[in-house]
Amino acid sequence: MNIDSINNGIVIDHIKAGMAMKIYDFLELGALDCPVAIIKNAMSNKMGKKDIIKIDSQLNLDLNALGYIDPEITINIIKDGVRIKKYHPELPETITNIIRCKNPRCITSIEQELPHVFKLVDREKDEYRCMYCESKPN
Amino acid sequence: MARHITAITDLTTGEIDELITKARDIINHPDRYQDACRRKKLATLFYEPSTRTRLSFEAAMIELGGHVLGFSEAASSSAAKGESVADTVRTVCCYADIIAMRHPKEGAPTVASLHATVPVINAGDGGHNHPTQTLTDLLTIQMEKGRLGNMTVGLCGDLKFGRTVHSLITAMCRYPGVNFVLISPEELKVPSYVKIPLKKDSVPYTQTTSLTEVLPDLDILYMTRVQRERFFNEDDYIRLKDSYILTPEKMELAKKDLSVLHPLPRVNEISVAIDQDPRACYFRQALYGKFIRMALILKLLEVDA
Repeated sequence: MNIDSINNGIVIDHIKAGMAMKIYDFLELGALDCPVAIIKNAMSNKMGKKDIIKIDSQLNLDLNALGYIDPEITINIIKDGVRIKKYHPELPETITNIIRCKNPRCITSIEQELPHVFKLVDREKDEYRCMYCESKPN
Repeated sequence: MARHITAITDLTTGEIDELITKARDIINHPDRYQDACRRKKLATLFYEPSTRTRLSFEAAMIELGGHVLGFSEAASSSAAKGESVADTVRTVCCYADIIAMRHPKEGAPTVASLHATVPVINAGDGGHNHPTQTLTDLLTIQMEKGRLGNMTVGLCGDLKFGRTVHSLITAMCRYPGVNFVLISPEELKVPSYVKIPLKKDSVPYTQTTSLTEVLPDLDILYMTRVQRERFFNEDDYIRLKDSYILTPEKMELAKKDLSVLHPLPRVNEISVAIDQDPRACYFRQALYGKFIRMALILKLLEVDA
């Protein structure tokens, strides 16, 4: 299967197989009018199977939150057909509306309009806590 | 930009020491402060019942020459009509210079602080934080012991849902030579996130289920109530509520200069027979609560007095 390479844009590689649509929805890529390719179950020496997303446009997307979804993801920035940057997204300092606070005593349990915000409290342990009640995500 | 206090960690150790110094000055020279907050208004937004905290905030503002407005239960506010904390706070900021908020849900004062243009003080949010109680406890310990470090502090009762305990541990970790003894039934042990500062700063602590075993070692005994409102299951509450009751017989095991603190209200965890014991500090503690809140109001309103 061949997918055209892109000249200017973003390639999100090494996505765990089956996770591409979650990332597609999270980044709201459905709202873009540029070409977006989702490759599912591509062969990978490292992972066996992987998903890939190619976005054929130089967008200013906030990709840091992907670090919470899957820190093994690789982000490639392509310019004029050349990869100019390759990196794993870092764990973001805050994540908003990706996970929900499940503490029944948290203010978010009764105020539906509040964003569910988690703050990184320990980078070494990948530990996040609700910014309101300080509960762990689970 | 307004300064908010939602947790004791919003204050540095230096600021806490300043507040304690200021509170002691207020105790010694109340007349100097009687008009310090003239024309200022404190809004007490209490979404759940309280005696000491609300009245001590109100008494504090009145003794500073200011005025008080607010509500003492959610049913008498627009919360009963479904108004959000954010909208209530935006409205109250139009009428008041400073807000003290108690809410049964954890994090509600943080939400308030995100939308307030005047200082917000957390006056207790569920089982989470209660920074002015912690300041009260620190002032009490300072007044009773003449120091805040180099002592063994026993915390007894509901250490799981007891927010006063969590905040006090966090605050006292900062002082040298403090050794904690955590006394609770298995089901009400201190949650792991509260122990993080103990481990991080290598503060010594021991956990036990026996009050009598450790009582002779303590300089401070901080008693707490097992609170019905923190339990979803009534059976669990009934099973655990009488875990520890401090009696005159047990007090015979304690040091002669032990200080017994309790955030109040008590139910039966401290026998009334102990009230006459000079080691019982809990009613003096309630009095100190007013003075430290006066000091905090002055600080947040940036009033020089």
